[in-house]
Amino acid sequence: MARALVPASEGARLDVRKTYKLYINGAFPRSESGRTYVVSTPAGEPLANAARASRKDLRDAVRAARGAAGGWAERTAMNRGQILYRVAEMLEGRREQFAAEVAAAEGLADRAAREQVDRSTDRLVWYAGWADKISQVLGTVNPVGAPYFNFTIPEPTGVVGVIAPEASSLLGLISRLAPVIVGGNVAVVITSETRPLPAMTLAEVLATSDLPSAVVNVLTGLKKELAPVLAAHADVDGLDLWGAPPSMRAALEEAAAESVKRLARGARSADDGRFDWADDRRAQRPEWIAAFLEMKTVWHPIGV
Amino acid sequence: MHNPAMTIKPAGRPGAAGADETRDERALARGWTGEKGPASWGLGDGQAVPWEYAPAPEARDLARIRPRYGLFINNREVEATGGETFVDIDPSTEQPLAEIARATAADVDRGVRAARTAFGRRWGNLPGRERAKYLFRIARILQERSREFAVLESIDSGKPIRESRDVDVPLAASHFWYYAGWADKLDYAFPGRAARPLGVAGQIIPWNFPLLMLAWKIAPALAAGNTVVLKPASTTPLSALLFAEVCREADLPPGVVNIITGPGEVGTALVRHRGVDKIAFTGSTAVGIQIARNVAGSDKALTLELGGKAANIVFDDAPLDQAIEGIVNGIYFNQGEVCCAGSRLLVQESIQDELIERLKDRLATIRVGDPLDKNTDVGAINSRAQLEKITELVAAGQAEGAELYQPACDLPDRGYFFRPTLFTNVAQSHRIAREEIFGPVLSVLTFRTPSEAVEKANNTAYGLSAGIWTEKGSRILHMVQKMKAGVVWANTFNRFDPTSPFGGYKESGYGREGGLHGLLAYVRLDDD
Repeated sequence: MARALVPASEGARLDVRKTYKLYINGAFPRSESGRTYVVSTPAGEPLANAARASRKDLRDAVRAARGAAGGWAERTAMNRGQILYRVAEMLEGRREQFAAEVAAAEGLADRAAREQVDRSTDRLVWYAGWADKISQVLGTVNPVGAPYFNFTIPEPTGVVGVIAPEASSLLGLISRLAPVIVGGNVAVVITSETRPLPAMTLAEVLATSDLPSAVVNVLTGLKKELAPVLAAHADVDGLDLWGAPPSMRAALEEAAAESVKRLARGARSADDGRFDWADDRRAQRPEWIAAFLEMKTVWHPIGV
Repeated sequence: MHNPAMTIKPAGRPGAAGADETRDERALARGWTGEKGPASWGLGDGQAVPWEYAPAPEARDLARIRPRYGLFINNREVEATGGETFVDIDPSTEQPLAEIARATAADVDRGVRAARTAFGRRWGNLPGRERAKYLFRIARILQERSREFAVLESIDSGKPIRESRDVDVPLAASHFWYYAGWADKLDYAFPGRAARPLGVAGQIIPWNFPLLMLAWKIAPALAAGNTVVLKPASTTPLSALLFAEVCREADLPPGVVNIITGPGEVGTALVRHRGVDKIAFTGSTAVGIQIARNVAGSDKALTLELGGKAANIVFDDAPLDQAIEGIVNGIYFNQGEVCCAGSRLLVQESIQDELIERLKDRLATIRVGDPLDKNTDVGAINSRAQLEKITELVAAGQAEGAELYQPACDLPDRGYFFRPTLFTNVAQSHRIAREEIFGPVLSVLTFRTPSEAVEKANNTAYGLSAGIWTEKGSRILHMVQKMKAGVVWANTFNRFDPTSPFGGYKESGYGREGGLHGLLAYVRLDDD
């Protein structure tokens, strides 16, 4: 819209704008509600109309995710790792596009925005490598005091709701999403409410990265409308609250308790965007993969 | 730990030669050679009569139960604020055992303060090797006083002395032993991360394995450097209060372990207390959800070990003698009052008739009665309320059309006893196939294909455990992969070990107890 103020003067080319939609089940539908909301830069300059997803859209996304959960969990670990790496490759190829979008969304200078994009790509590569290692780090063989072979292995939890960080539109989102899916979970993401556009462009990357349809579903809209539905949804197994508004935390956790959801509650410093997503030591951790893994212990007798 | 629950017992009828001849022939026709043990000796009519057993009671006075118990705070036994008490009942006789202090919110506060002070001053700064030695001491004292604990546990909970003596108490001691060794090795537990204690742990445990659940909670908490406030179940406080004596005997610093007794409200007060950094709960899913709601919005860490409705799946190529014992151990161990009990038997259709017939024979040899009798297999149900719940669900099973079978065994005249119960013709929609009964009640369902077994096994909101019986290795691993359950027993059931992580998927809770993963539940990981 801001860009629309520039008239198509003679000889200048009128640019083709993108309609930002949702990403559900591998497709890019508008909200079934037909609603949109205006997204602006931090300076207040309008950028685009984003889809304002409804509760119905969210339930559709959860159903799609559930359908994809079994297949994704059964992919080999190496295959999951390669697909995540492929996402990084696609991101790298669109470096300039993402830099422009992040700059506009977060009000950053070009260089700072490019840094966010590069970090995002590197973070994906970091997590991609974990796919076939995490079970060797978290798994154990247990020396029980009787003639049994006993071992413990991690498995994905299932459908994980991710409420994406509000301030860090791309790097924050990728830092929360990558550990969820690399472990074999599927995700329903509620993007940053005020900075949703890079996330929807990321959905285009996901759609062209060999990631099976519906492994990641991305919704834009109002967190106060969507997050409570996600938290209360009985077919969601886990919930990442890093991007939940502090004022909603307690209510979301209470709603999540009803179906014994696993929670990633988030650092206190993530509340107001102070968390430094660029700090590799703090912002990428194998524990964050483990947050949505279930440990399965197996016993078998030993005998002739 | 080798769990000897439900060992095979001879089922012959002494002095009835004529009848036995037919019996033997039919048994031989089924492949019994006379050497494998007579589990297949019966006629499938539930009338197999066990040997006459003389009573073999364990000495009750080993338990040395006092008439009155206070709370244990700062290594001292104290009255509850306000001086109220409640009565602890022996479930096998319905007679009062002791008067127990009924804690108030003020007492919870006292306990938490004591734990907080101990964490800040003494325990939190103690070198790991010293914490380790305290835990080793506790393990040793539990071993030394094991029979006393076993007798007390059986009296208070109703479980057979054979189980408290051979399972609960030795396992409790070995949990302290195992975690003792971690106390000075935390730097090696989580590579690249420094494991720090969380602070004060509030722990709430159930009545089915009172001392063992105490050990599962307290041992890893102390090893990691936390202090604890523990609330035992109100129907089984005695072993925890005897454990308080062990803490003193071990010279554990005051305030490191605090034990407060009382009803559910005491647990709620503990969960809500601002001075608590971590809550660990074992119990029903309904209460677990309430606790998670109470913790919502706080910074408290939470682990939940909740209910279950485990499938025990028997394929047509299973080793049947072992499977029968596994099924019996799976559901009748500890009167079925086990969160991971194999309460849904899924049997492949082709072997259903034979398996059920042999299972009925086996049930006829189960001895129900005095928990202190060393021959008892199934003791008393823990409380009148639990007995009523079991009775109600069994009635629902009949009302919904399942077929009930109970062996004709004598029950004691008083006390809370329930016959081992088997339901056939059970549909997945029946309450007895969906709800956790927490009693000696087995629901039998059938399947034709492995994929049908998987679907039925996972068709529950719970996900604590599962059993698989087949001789085919690749099928075991396939089923292991498909089970949405935290513990999978293949060709065995109900085995536990301090090194072996235990806990649930789905609504059976989160977090693990036992092993390295159990330690993780009591630390935060820092960067240095």
